[in-house]
Amino acid sequence: MAARVGVVVFPGTNCEHDVAAALALVGATPELLWHGLRDLGGVDAVVVPGGFAHGDYLRPGALARFSPVMGAVARFAADGGPVVGICNGFQVLTEAGLLPGALQKNRGLRFMCVPSVVTVTSSRSVLTSGLEVGTELVLPLNNFDGSYVCAPETLEELVAEDRVVLRYRDNPNGSLDDIAGICNRGANVVGLMPHPERASSELLGSVDGLVLLRSLLSLPVA
Amino acid sequence: MTGARYGGDVPGASGDVEPLHRALGLTDEELERVVGILGREPNHLELAMYAVMWSEHCSYKSSRVHLARLPKEGPGVLVGPGENAGVIDAGDGIAVAIRIESHNHPSAIEPHQGAATGVGGILRDIFTMGARPLALMDPLCFGPLDEPRQRWLFEGVVGGISAYGNAVGVPTVGGELTFDPAYRQNPLVNVLCLGALPISRLVLGRASGPGNLVVLLGATTGRDGIGGVSVLASAGFGAEGRAGSPEDAKRPSVQVGDPYEEKRLIEACLELLDAGLVVGLQDLGGAGLACATSETAARGQVGMEVDLSAVPRREDQMASWEVMTSESQERMLAVVAPPDWDQVTEVCARWEVRASVIGRVTEAALVAGRPVGRLVVRERPGGPVVADVPAASLADDAPRYRRPMAPPDDLAERRAAGPDGLAPPADCGADLLALLADPSWVYRQYDHQLFLNTVAGPGADAALLRLAGPGLPPSRRAVAVTTDGNPRWCAIDPRAGTAMVVAETVANLACVGARAVAVVDCCNFGNPEHPEVMWQLSEAIDGMAEACVALGLPVIGGNVSLYNESGGADIPPTPVIGGLGLVERLERRPPGAGWSAGSTVVIVHPPGPSDPTLGGSRWAVERRGVRTGTLPVLDLAAHARVVDLIVDLVARGLAGGPELLDAVHDVSAGGLGVALAEMALATGVGARLFGVAGHAGLFGESPSRVVVATARPDEVVERARHFGVGTTVLGVAGGGTLAVEGLLALDLAELDAAFSGGIPAAFGEAG
Repeated sequence: MAARVGVVVFPGTNCEHDVAAALALVGATPELLWHGLRDLGGVDAVVVPGGFAHGDYLRPGALARFSPVMGAVARFAADGGPVVGICNGFQVLTEAGLLPGALQKNRGLRFMCVPSVVTVTSSRSVLTSGLEVGTELVLPLNNFDGSYVCAPETLEELVAEDRVVLRYRDNPNGSLDDIAGICNRGANVVGLMPHPERASSELLGSVDGLVLLRSLLSLPVA
Repeated sequence: MTGARYGGDVPGASGDVEPLHRALGLTDEELERVVGILGREPNHLELAMYAVMWSEHCSYKSSRVHLARLPKEGPGVLVGPGENAGVIDAGDGIAVAIRIESHNHPSAIEPHQGAATGVGGILRDIFTMGARPLALMDPLCFGPLDEPRQRWLFEGVVGGISAYGNAVGVPTVGGELTFDPAYRQNPLVNVLCLGALPISRLVLGRASGPGNLVVLLGATTGRDGIGGVSVLASAGFGAEGRAGSPEDAKRPSVQVGDPYEEKRLIEACLELLDAGLVVGLQDLGGAGLACATSETAARGQVGMEVDLSAVPRREDQMASWEVMTSESQERMLAVVAPPDWDQVTEVCARWEVRASVIGRVTEAALVAGRPVGRLVVRERPGGPVVADVPAASLADDAPRYRRPMAPPDDLAERRAAGPDGLAPPADCGADLLALLADPSWVYRQYDHQLFLNTVAGPGADAALLRLAGPGLPPSRRAVAVTTDGNPRWCAIDPRAGTAMVVAETVANLACVGARAVAVVDCCNFGNPEHPEVMWQLSEAIDGMAEACVALGLPVIGGNVSLYNESGGADIPPTPVIGGLGLVERLERRPPGAGWSAGSTVVIVHPPGPSDPTLGGSRWAVERRGVRTGTLPVLDLAAHARVVDLIVDLVARGLAGGPELLDAVHDVSAGGLGVALAEMALATGVGARLFGVAGHAGLFGESPSRVVVATARPDEVVERARHFGVGTTVLGVAGGGTLAVEGLLALDLAELDAAFSGGIPAAFGEAG
């Protein structure tokens, strides 16, 4: 049976339909989950998509972490359920404490909608399992706050525990250690700034994003 | 002028007391007309409502007599001009809505919010029709970036479009950039929006059904933006827009945008329409509630009762005229049948959108056999009437002016003294490098990919978008959209120049394989009280009409922005054309501008000898400072054949058929030289080319020319012959140098440095 993937929608989220379409392309059954829900309805995985949850007011993700659905997402993650945050979704997951560190404004202080080349640096996570370390993917970036930062000891931990899953080849935004994506200790929660769903068709110029989404669907990850 | 001056008779510059109607922007004759309509003197509130609705911006009072000459009919037109947006049947049960607008004056005063609210406003025009906004485009004109004030304006405008468009969740898929000292004091910020809807959901902005509820959705109403249309958009600027100047005092007339409110408003409105819970929908833009209530009532031939106490406010003690004319952003007016009200509040609560019943639709009375609906305003339920006017008189009865027109006195001399006699450049290569500019610094700041539709995006001749979106029936069709303007051409000859702009729009669409089906126009001109400006406008409209008729294109919407002047100097005539094209089947990406090594480079052109005049070219204007002469000849019939050929060649590939072309790019501003350089830069492959007729051949901007690269030149030449189109083989792509025999040889690295360095360098950034 097709995996049911919940796609969380906050007011201000805007990538939910794109993520749902890309998930459908790799055989999943996407379900939009309104932020007011307190129950995920038994989905097999959760994606927190990009956009501007609650207008990004205060700072990206800062209000979204208080939406009722995030309690359910946190419990789902604690039980080992796969959770992926893309762009604004990554920001939400860091604000919610499901991933360490934070995303700050890009070096150069401008919004950036550009292609990026990222390298798979760990195949531990639900998003990169089955991919060879060193695989290069072309994925679009689209954000103002995409520069990953964390405390030095956190970075040490991330590296030591093989939790940096994607790195930029040509760091476009000043991210610490070229980090484009990380996972939690359990490797079931992943956050990344590039948009896999925007690289989902030859018509759009790349299908590299589908590789990641397929990996997410090859559940479960031990 | 600030809001405070609405308070009553106010001291004029000389210390005299200025009558209220004049302070509000109405002439003595216009006041007489109001008195004639009402049969009495208008009160303060009524006067304020007429002032905003009869402003140039809202009423098109100087341009209407000319706009009537544009063709409006066409096979796929579902909605033409006069509604919130034009709508075209795109096939497969999908309709496409398109509109273009200007936000020039607000952006000159406060570039970030001015540009941001321009985006917000046009989005509302599109979803008012029931369409989901799917793409934005922003043609922009500024002064030279070596001036700090221009950098402030440019950075602010681009930042405002980026901040609002990205957050509201509508991709900005293209635009156009012009830098010319003529826009120093009066930048142009135009914005085009395209949306799509299932044809069955098409709604029109009209009220119907007496007894139905008039509902205000969205943001609260404040004092921001009061008089935006009359104070800002319908008057020129003084000499300098610096702090303490009259321009600074206009800042309170610029609205402030909130993309998050708008995003929720879009989703709520589309859900209400899907559920069939509204019978009419209208955005609140220029002239606020006065406009939305009177226009919807007028279109529906009904009246409306409005209770101002029900309007949610963000400020205390607002006067009635302030509530009725406030231009606070992110508000919509919906007409709802009473039994549906509970469901409406449910949908709105879910999206955290405020919904307030502020009035009711009323029956029109028959006056001399005509239905006349009255707009009746009260300050509280059952309270005294504070305004009572025929609704249609606000919307439709503004005076129409046939203002005096005159060509410039020195027209003959200007046309006689062209750039063709100028000495050729010592180094064509250096001049070409100076004409290159990469706009990616701008579009990198715009989300141009949301909705996964952008197959060709900013930087391409036109944007090519899959015809898909949430709620649309499945389709393999695509739409193409582009915006084009050329003040250099239009300054030399507004009539021929505008026709050339229309021709270029159609050629740009063809380069991504799309057949043009309709255009919208944004007429940016100077002060209509200057006879030369009215002549320019009239000429431009004639040129637009000629080209559109010849090319079979209806003009399905438009916007006129006048009073683009400062210190008495008008901007050059700048009609901007937005073109919409359709592709029947999209299976593969278009070739794009970049050629690959080994391809034969061929220029496609009208048959017969070419016209290498340099009049109006970027080379003449920017490299030699010559803005005079005549334009190259545009043969519209030959142009149509060139365009048909290119659509035929490209669309076959798009549909999945054999791909004959390796690259395609039209020749426009900057001439053949710039087109070739852009093609070389797109893939980083040079070329060795021959037979270009001197610097005029390299930099002249004759229309109807497209450069293609192909592995099968014989077939392209044969197809062209079949279409009655001429071809000339220029050479072969390859190597690391762009060489044009006898004229230039430039390293790709040199080209790239000149191309990508320009705009970032102005901001001290790397390209």
